[in-house]
Amino acid sequence: MDTQELLERESFIELDARSRAKKLLDAGTFRELLDPFERVSSPWLARQGIVTQADDGTVVAKGEIDGQPAVVLGIDGGFQGGSMGEVSAAKIAGSLELAAEDNRNGIPTRAVILFETGGVRLQEANLGLAAIAEIHAAIVDLRRYQPVIGITAGPIGCYGGMSIAAALCTYLIATREARLGLNGPAVIEQEAGIAEFDSRDRPMIWSFTGGEQRYRTGLVDAYAGDDTGAIRAAMIERFRAGRPDACRSERVEEFLQRLSEVDAHAQPTPQQVAAIYAKEFLS
Amino acid sequence: MENIVLEFPAGEPASGRAIAGVVASGDLEVLLESNTAHRTVVNITTSVHGMGRVWEAVLARIFSDGALPAAKLEINDSGATPGVVRMRVGQVFEQLTQTGGA
Repeated sequence: MDTQELLERESFIELDARSRAKKLLDAGTFRELLDPFERVSSPWLARQGIVTQADDGTVVAKGEIDGQPAVVLGIDGGFQGGSMGEVSAAKIAGSLELAAEDNRNGIPTRAVILFETGGVRLQEANLGLAAIAEIHAAIVDLRRYQPVIGITAGPIGCYGGMSIAAALCTYLIATREARLGLNGPAVIEQEAGIAEFDSRDRPMIWSFTGGEQRYRTGLVDAYAGDDTGAIRAAMIERFRAGRPDACRSERVEEFLQRLSEVDAHAQPTPQQVAAIYAKEFLS
Repeated sequence: MENIVLEFPAGEPASGRAIAGVVASGDLEVLLESNTAHRTVVNITTSVHGMGRVWEAVLARIFSDGALPAAKLEINDSGATPGVVRMRVGQVFEQLTQTGGA
Protein backbone atom coordinates (compact mmCIF):
# COMPACT_ATOMS: atom_id res chain seq x y z
CA MET A 1 0.00 0.00 0.00
CA ASP A 2 1.64 3.27 -1.07
CA THR A 3 1.01 6.64 0.59
CA GLN A 4 -1.80 7.65 -1.72
CA GLU A 5 -3.62 4.33 -1.19
CA LEU A 6 -3.08 4.69 2.54
CA LEU A 7 -4.74 8.11 2.53
CA GLU A 8 -7.64 7.02 0.36
CA ARG A 9 -8.39 3.68 1.96
CA GLU A 10 -11.06 3.18 4.59
CA SER A 11 -9.59 1.09 7.39
CA PHE A 12 -11.55 -2.07 8.20
CA ILE A 13 -9.56 -2.87 11.32
CA GLU A 14 -10.52 0.43 12.97
CA LEU A 15 -14.26 -0.26 12.60
CA ASP A 16 -16.28 -1.89 15.37
CA ALA A 17 -18.17 -5.11 14.59
CA ARG A 18 -21.48 -3.39 13.78
CA SER A 19 -19.85 -0.97 11.32
CA ARG A 20 -17.88 -3.82 9.73
CA ALA A 21 -21.09 -5.76 9.14
CA LYS A 22 -22.79 -2.70 7.63
CA LYS A 23 -19.90 -2.17 5.23
CA LEU A 24 -19.80 -5.78 4.07
CA LEU A 25 -23.54 -5.95 3.33
CA ASP A 26 -24.99 -4.26 0.24
CA ALA A 27 -25.74 -0.61 1.02
CA GLY A 28 -29.05 -0.10 2.81
CA THR A 29 -29.75 -3.80 3.47
CA PHE A 30 -28.37 -4.00 7.05
CA ARG A 31 -30.87 -5.22 9.62
CA GLU A 32 -29.72 -6.37 13.04
CA LEU A 33 -31.21 -9.38 14.83
CA LEU A 34 -31.09 -9.56 18.63
CA ASP A 35 -29.80 -6.00 18.68
CA PRO A 36 -28.29 -4.48 21.84
CA PHE A 37 -31.64 -2.98 22.89
CA GLU A 38 -33.05 -6.48 23.33
CA ARG A 39 -30.42 -6.83 26.03
CA VAL A 40 -29.63 -10.46 25.53
CA SER A 41 -26.32 -10.18 27.34
CA SER A 42 -24.21 -12.58 29.37
CA PRO A 43 -25.99 -13.80 32.51
CA TRP A 44 -22.64 -14.91 33.99
CA LEU A 45 -20.24 -11.97 33.83
CA ALA A 46 -22.02 -9.60 36.24
CA ARG A 47 -22.01 -12.32 38.92
CA GLN A 48 -18.24 -12.37 38.55
CA GLY A 49 -17.98 -8.58 38.83
CA ILE A 50 -17.40 -7.99 35.12
CA VAL A 51 -19.25 -5.29 33.17
CA THR A 52 -21.37 -6.79 30.40
CA GLN A 53 -21.93 -5.48 26.89
CA ALA A 54 -25.57 -5.27 25.78
CA ASP A 55 -25.04 -7.45 22.66
CA ASP A 56 -22.47 -9.71 24.38
CA GLY A 57 -19.89 -8.51 21.87
CA THR A 58 -21.44 -10.21 18.85
CA VAL A 59 -23.49 -8.64 16.08
CA VAL A 60 -25.95 -10.65 13.97
CA ALA A 61 -26.65 -8.68 10.77
CA LYS A 62 -29.03 -9.82 8.06
CA GLY A 63 -29.06 -8.29 4.61
CA GLU A 64 -27.77 -8.97 1.13
CA ILE A 65 -24.34 -9.47 -0.33
CA ASP A 66 -23.98 -9.15 -4.08
CA GLY A 67 -27.80 -9.18 -4.23
CA GLN A 68 -28.13 -12.52 -2.43
CA PRO A 69 -29.49 -13.08 1.11
CA ALA A 70 -26.71 -13.09 3.68
CA VAL A 71 -25.98 -13.00 7.37
CA VAL A 72 -22.85 -11.39 8.80
CA LEU A 73 -21.73 -12.52 12.25
CA GLY A 74 -19.38 -9.95 13.67
CA ILE A 75 -17.34 -10.53 16.80
CA ASP A 76 -16.12 -7.39 18.54
CA GLY A 77 -12.55 -8.03 19.62
CA GLY A 78 -12.62 -5.14 22.08
CA PHE A 79 -15.10 -6.72 24.48
CA GLN A 80 -13.42 -9.43 26.58
CA GLY A 81 -10.96 -10.15 23.77
CA GLY A 82 -13.78 -11.24 21.47
CA SER A 83 -14.22 -14.30 23.67
CA MET A 84 -17.12 -16.66 23.08
CA GLY A 85 -19.57 -16.87 25.96
CA GLU A 86 -22.86 -18.69 26.15
CA VAL A 87 -24.80 -15.87 24.47
CA SER A 88 -22.30 -14.64 21.88
CA ALA A 89 -21.49 -18.16 20.68
CA ALA A 90 -25.16 -19.17 20.63
CA LYS A 91 -25.95 -16.12 18.48
CA ILE A 92 -23.41 -17.32 15.91
CA ALA A 93 -24.36 -21.00 16.08
CA GLY A 94 -28.09 -20.25 15.91
CA SER A 95 -27.68 -17.89 12.96
CA LEU A 96 -25.64 -20.44 11.00
CA GLU A 97 -28.22 -23.15 11.74
CA LEU A 98 -31.02 -20.87 10.51
CA ALA A 99 -29.02 -20.02 7.37
CA ALA A 100 -28.68 -23.75 6.60
CA GLU A 101 -32.42 -24.16 7.25
CA ASP A 102 -33.09 -21.30 4.80
CA ASN A 103 -31.11 -23.17 2.16
CA ARG A 104 -33.10 -26.35 2.73
CA ASN A 105 -36.23 -24.23 2.18
CA GLY A 106 -34.93 -22.78 -1.07
CA ILE A 107 -33.60 -19.46 0.29
CA PRO A 108 -29.90 -19.22 -0.62
CA THR A 109 -28.70 -17.47 2.57
CA ARG A 110 -24.95 -17.35 2.95
CA ALA A 111 -22.79 -16.42 5.90
CA VAL A 112 -19.74 -14.37 6.75
CA ILE A 113 -18.05 -14.65 10.14
CA LEU A 114 -15.75 -11.90 11.39
CA PHE A 115 -13.22 -13.68 13.59
CA GLU A 116 -11.74 -11.34 16.15
CA THR A 117 -11.48 -13.68 19.07
CA GLY A 118 -9.25 -15.39 21.57
CA GLY A 119 -11.63 -18.38 21.64
CA VAL A 120 -13.73 -19.50 24.57
CA ARG A 121 -14.58 -17.01 27.35
CA LEU A 122 -12.92 -18.57 30.38
CA GLN A 123 -15.54 -17.10 32.77
CA GLU A 124 -18.25 -19.09 30.99
CA ALA A 125 -16.13 -22.20 30.47
CA ASN A 126 -18.09 -25.23 29.32
CA LEU A 127 -21.08 -23.23 28.07
CA GLY A 128 -18.81 -21.35 25.67
CA LEU A 129 -16.99 -24.53 24.64
CA ALA A 130 -20.23 -26.37 23.96
CA ALA A 131 -21.52 -23.50 21.83
CA ILE A 132 -18.23 -23.33 19.89
CA ALA A 133 -18.70 -27.02 19.04
CA GLU A 134 -22.18 -26.10 17.77
CA ILE A 135 -20.61 -23.36 15.62
CA HIS A 136 -18.24 -25.95 14.11
CA ALA A 137 -21.09 -28.31 13.29
CA ALA A 138 -23.21 -25.50 11.84
CA ILE A 139 -20.39 -24.29 9.55
CA VAL A 140 -19.90 -27.80 8.19
CA ASP A 141 -23.66 -28.10 7.63
CA LEU A 142 -24.08 -24.71 5.91
CA ARG A 143 -21.01 -24.99 3.68
CA ARG A 144 -22.69 -27.89 1.86
CA TYR A 145 -25.07 -25.30 0.35
CA GLN A 146 -23.23 -21.99 0.27
CA PRO A 147 -19.68 -20.83 0.86
CA VAL A 148 -19.09 -19.81 4.49
CA ILE A 149 -16.51 -17.04 4.48
CA GLY A 150 -14.36 -16.19 7.47
CA ILE A 151 -12.56 -12.87 7.74
CA THR A 152 -9.91 -12.17 10.32
CA ALA A 153 -8.69 -8.61 10.02
CA GLY A 154 -7.02 -7.85 13.34
CA PRO A 155 -5.91 -6.58 15.72
CA ILE A 156 -7.03 -9.47 17.96
CA GLY A 157 -6.67 -12.28 15.44
CA CYS A 158 -8.27 -15.68 15.78
CA TYR A 159 -7.35 -18.29 18.37
CA GLY A 160 -8.51 -21.30 20.32
CA GLY A 161 -11.67 -23.14 19.37
CA MET A 162 -12.58 -20.34 17.02
CA SER A 163 -9.40 -20.92 14.99
CA ILE A 164 -10.87 -24.36 14.30
CA ALA A 165 -14.10 -22.64 13.22
CA ALA A 166 -12.06 -20.40 10.91
CA ALA A 167 -10.31 -23.44 9.46
CA LEU A 168 -13.68 -25.07 8.76
CA CYS A 169 -14.85 -22.10 6.69
CA THR A 170 -15.00 -22.60 2.94
CA TYR A 171 -12.75 -19.59 2.48
CA LEU A 172 -10.71 -17.52 4.87
CA ILE A 173 -9.62 -13.93 4.25
CA ALA A 174 -6.92 -12.26 6.34
CA THR A 175 -4.97 -9.02 6.49
CA ARG A 176 -1.32 -8.52 7.41
CA GLU A 177 -2.42 -7.37 10.87
CA ALA A 178 -4.30 -10.60 11.62
CA ARG A 179 -2.93 -13.68 13.33
CA LEU A 180 -4.29 -17.18 13.24
CA GLY A 181 -3.34 -19.98 15.59
CA LEU A 182 -4.73 -22.63 17.89
CA ASN A 183 -2.75 -21.41 20.90
CA GLY A 184 -1.76 -17.82 21.53
CA PRO A 185 1.95 -16.88 21.87
CA ALA A 186 1.90 -16.68 25.69
CA VAL A 187 0.36 -20.15 25.95
CA ILE A 188 2.95 -21.67 23.61
CA GLU A 189 5.77 -20.05 25.57
CA GLN A 190 4.32 -21.27 28.86
CA GLU A 191 3.94 -24.84 27.62
CA ALA A 192 7.00 -25.25 25.36
CA GLY A 193 9.50 -22.76 26.77
CA ILE A 194 10.87 -19.42 25.70
CA ALA A 195 13.46 -21.06 23.41
CA GLU A 196 10.60 -22.52 21.39
CA PHE A 197 8.46 -19.40 21.24
CA ASP A 198 9.23 -15.98 22.73
CA SER A 199 5.86 -14.31 23.24
CA ARG A 200 7.48 -10.84 23.42
CA ASP A 201 9.06 -11.17 19.99
CA ARG A 202 6.34 -9.66 17.85
CA PRO A 203 8.10 -9.87 14.45
CA MET A 204 8.75 -13.58 15.10
CA ILE A 205 5.10 -14.17 16.10
CA TRP A 206 3.79 -12.54 12.94
CA SER A 207 6.41 -14.29 10.79
CA PHE A 208 4.84 -17.64 11.75
CA THR A 209 1.22 -16.88 12.59
CA GLY A 210 0.52 -13.58 10.81
CA GLY A 211 -1.98 -13.27 7.96
CA GLU A 212 0.68 -13.02 5.27
CA GLN A 213 2.47 -16.20 6.34
CA ARG A 214 -0.83 -18.05 6.78
CA TYR A 215 -1.65 -17.10 3.20
CA ARG A 216 1.73 -18.33 1.96
CA THR A 217 1.21 -21.62 3.73
CA GLY A 218 -2.29 -22.22 2.36
CA LEU A 219 -4.19 -21.77 5.61
CA VAL A 220 -5.72 -18.53 4.33
CA ASP A 221 -7.24 -18.19 0.85
CA ALA A 222 -7.16 -14.45 0.26
CA TYR A 223 -4.77 -11.85 1.59
CA ALA A 224 -6.10 -8.30 1.63
CA GLY A 225 -4.83 -4.92 2.77
CA ASP A 226 -6.56 -3.07 5.60
CA ASP A 227 -9.10 -1.52 3.26
CA THR A 228 -12.85 -2.03 3.56
CA GLY A 229 -13.33 -1.97 -0.21
CA ALA A 230 -10.56 -4.52 -0.81
CA ILE A 231 -11.91 -6.88 1.86
CA ARG A 232 -15.46 -6.63 0.52
CA ALA A 233 -14.17 -7.26 -3.01
CA ALA A 234 -12.21 -10.33 -1.87
CA MET A 235 -15.33 -11.63 -0.09
CA ILE A 236 -17.57 -11.17 -3.15
CA GLU A 237 -14.96 -12.80 -5.40
CA ARG A 238 -14.98 -15.89 -3.16
CA PHE A 239 -18.77 -16.03 -3.00
CA ARG A 240 -18.89 -15.92 -6.80
CA ALA A 241 -16.27 -18.69 -6.98
CA GLY A 242 -18.71 -20.93 -5.07
CA ARG A 243 -17.82 -24.14 -3.35
CA PRO A 244 -14.36 -25.57 -4.20
CA ASP A 245 -13.89 -29.27 -5.00
CA ALA A 246 -12.75 -29.81 -1.44
CA CYS A 247 -12.73 -27.48 1.56
CA ARG A 248 -9.50 -27.17 3.51
CA SER A 249 -10.70 -29.46 6.26
CA GLU A 250 -11.49 -32.10 3.63
CA ARG A 251 -7.85 -32.06 2.51
CA VAL A 252 -6.40 -33.42 5.74
CA GLU A 253 -4.13 -35.93 3.97
CA GLU A 254 -2.38 -33.22 1.99
CA PHE A 255 -1.74 -31.21 5.12
CA LEU A 256 -0.53 -34.24 7.08
CA GLN A 257 1.88 -35.07 4.30
CA ARG A 258 3.36 -31.59 4.48
CA LEU A 259 3.56 -31.76 8.27
CA SER A 260 5.59 -34.96 7.94
CA GLU A 261 8.16 -33.06 5.88
CA VAL A 262 8.88 -30.64 8.72
CA ASP A 263 12.09 -31.48 10.57
CA ALA A 264 11.08 -31.21 14.22
CA HIS A 265 14.70 -31.51 15.44
CA ALA A 266 15.70 -28.06 14.28
CA GLN A 267 13.94 -24.73 14.80
CA PRO A 268 12.19 -24.08 11.48
CA THR A 269 12.27 -20.69 9.79
CA PRO A 270 9.14 -19.06 8.33
CA GLN A 271 10.69 -19.51 4.87
CA GLN A 272 11.14 -23.26 5.38
CA VAL A 273 7.57 -23.62 6.56
CA ALA A 274 6.30 -21.64 3.59
CA ALA A 275 8.41 -23.71 1.18
CA ILE A 276 6.92 -26.96 2.49
CA TYR A 277 3.31 -25.80 2.82
CA ALA A 278 3.01 -23.59 -0.24
CA LYS A 279 3.30 -26.48 -2.69
CA GLU A 280 0.23 -26.50 -4.90
CA PHE A 281 -1.79 -24.67 -2.30
CA LEU A 282 -1.65 -21.20 -3.75
CA SER A 283 -4.39 -20.59 -6.24
CA MET B 1 -18.13 -3.27 39.55
CA GLU B 2 -20.31 -0.40 40.71
CA ASN B 3 -23.77 0.80 39.72
CA ILE B 4 -24.60 4.51 39.71
CA VAL B 5 -27.93 6.11 38.75
CA LEU B 6 -28.08 9.85 38.02
CA GLU B 7 -30.90 12.13 36.92
CA PHE B 8 -30.78 15.39 34.99
CA PRO B 9 -33.22 17.94 33.54
CA ALA B 10 -33.97 17.57 29.82
CA GLY B 11 -36.13 18.79 26.94
CA GLU B 12 -38.75 16.92 24.90
CA PRO B 13 -38.54 13.09 24.60
CA ALA B 14 -35.72 11.83 22.36
CA SER B 15 -37.00 10.36 19.11
CA GLY B 16 -35.64 6.87 18.46
CA ARG B 17 -32.61 5.18 19.93
CA ALA B 18 -28.89 4.97 19.31
CA ILE B 19 -25.78 3.16 20.45
CA ALA B 20 -22.12 4.13 20.54
CA GLY B 21 -18.92 2.52 21.75
CA VAL B 22 -17.72 -0.88 22.90
CA VAL B 23 -17.02 -2.17 26.44
CA ALA B 24 -13.31 -2.37 25.65
CA SER B 25 -10.48 -1.35 27.95
CA GLY B 26 -10.59 2.43 28.41
CA ASP B 27 -13.83 2.67 26.47
CA LEU B 28 -17.55 2.40 27.19
CA GLU B 29 -20.85 1.57 25.57
CA VAL B 30 -23.76 4.04 25.63
CA LEU B 31 -27.31 2.97 24.78
CA LEU B 32 -29.84 5.74 24.32
CA GLU B 33 -33.61 5.31 24.41
CA SER B 34 -36.46 7.79 24.69
CA ASN B 35 -37.73 8.92 28.11
CA THR B 36 -40.68 10.96 29.35
CA ALA B 37 -40.28 14.71 28.79
CA HIS B 38 -37.96 16.93 30.88
CA ARG B 39 -36.06 14.11 32.57
CA THR B 40 -32.94 12.16 31.62
CA VAL B 41 -31.91 9.11 33.64
CA VAL B 42 -28.40 7.71 33.32
CA ASN B 43 -27.77 4.18 34.56
CA ILE B 44 -24.05 3.52 34.82
CA THR B 45 -22.31 0.21 35.40
CA THR B 46 -18.59 0.72 35.73
CA SER B 47 -15.63 -1.54 36.39
CA VAL B 48 -13.94 1.20 38.44
CA HIS B 49 -14.99 1.72 42.07
CA GLY B 50 -15.37 4.98 43.97
CA MET B 51 -15.70 7.36 41.04
CA GLY B 52 -19.32 8.39 41.65
CA ARG B 53 -18.50 12.07 42.14
CA VAL B 54 -16.47 12.19 38.96
CA TRP B 55 -19.35 10.66 36.99
CA GLU B 56 -21.70 13.20 38.50
CA ALA B 57 -19.41 16.11 37.59
CA VAL B 58 -18.72 14.90 34.04
CA LEU B 59 -22.37 14.20 33.25
CA ALA B 60 -23.59 17.41 34.93
CA ARG B 61 -21.45 19.37 32.48
CA ILE B 62 -23.21 17.63 29.59
CA PHE B 63 -26.79 17.57 30.89
CA SER B 64 -27.37 20.18 33.61
CA ASP B 65 -28.58 22.95 31.28
CA GLY B 66 -31.47 20.69 30.27
CA ALA B 67 -31.00 21.40 26.56
CA LEU B 68 -30.67 17.80 25.34
CA PRO B 69 -33.69 15.58 24.54
CA ALA B 70 -35.08 13.47 27.40
CA ALA B 71 -33.47 10.03 27.34
CA LYS B 72 -32.82 6.84 29.22
CA LEU B 73 -29.09 6.20 28.96
CA GLU B 74 -27.41 2.93 29.84
CA ILE B 75 -23.66 3.20 30.21
CA ASN B 76 -21.48 0.11 30.44
CA ASP B 77 -18.03 1.34 31.30
CA SER B 78 -14.64 -0.34 31.24
CA GLY B 79 -12.51 2.41 32.74
CA ALA B 80 -13.06 5.20 30.21
CA THR B 81 -11.55 8.62 30.98
CA PRO B 82 -13.87 11.67 31.28
CA GLY B 83 -12.86 12.76 27.77
CA VAL B 84 -13.95 9.45 26.27
CA VAL B 85 -17.21 9.58 28.27
CA ARG B 86 -18.03 13.02 26.87
CA MET B 87 -17.19 11.90 23.35
CA ARG B 88 -19.35 8.75 23.48
CA VAL B 89 -22.34 10.55 25.03
CA GLY B 90 -21.99 13.27 22.40
CA GLN B 91 -21.85 10.55 19.74
CA VAL B 92 -25.19 8.91 20.69
CA PHE B 93 -27.02 12.23 20.65
CA GLU B 94 -25.36 13.09 17.35
CA GLN B 95 -26.52 9.78 15.85
CA LEU B 96 -30.04 10.58 16.99
CA THR B 97 -30.08 13.87 15.07
CA GLN B 98 -28.34 12.38 12.01
CA THR B 99 -30.42 9.29 11.51
CA GLY B 100 -33.58 10.15 13.39
CA GLY B 101 -32.78 7.14 15.57
CA ALA B 102 -32.27 3.48 14.77
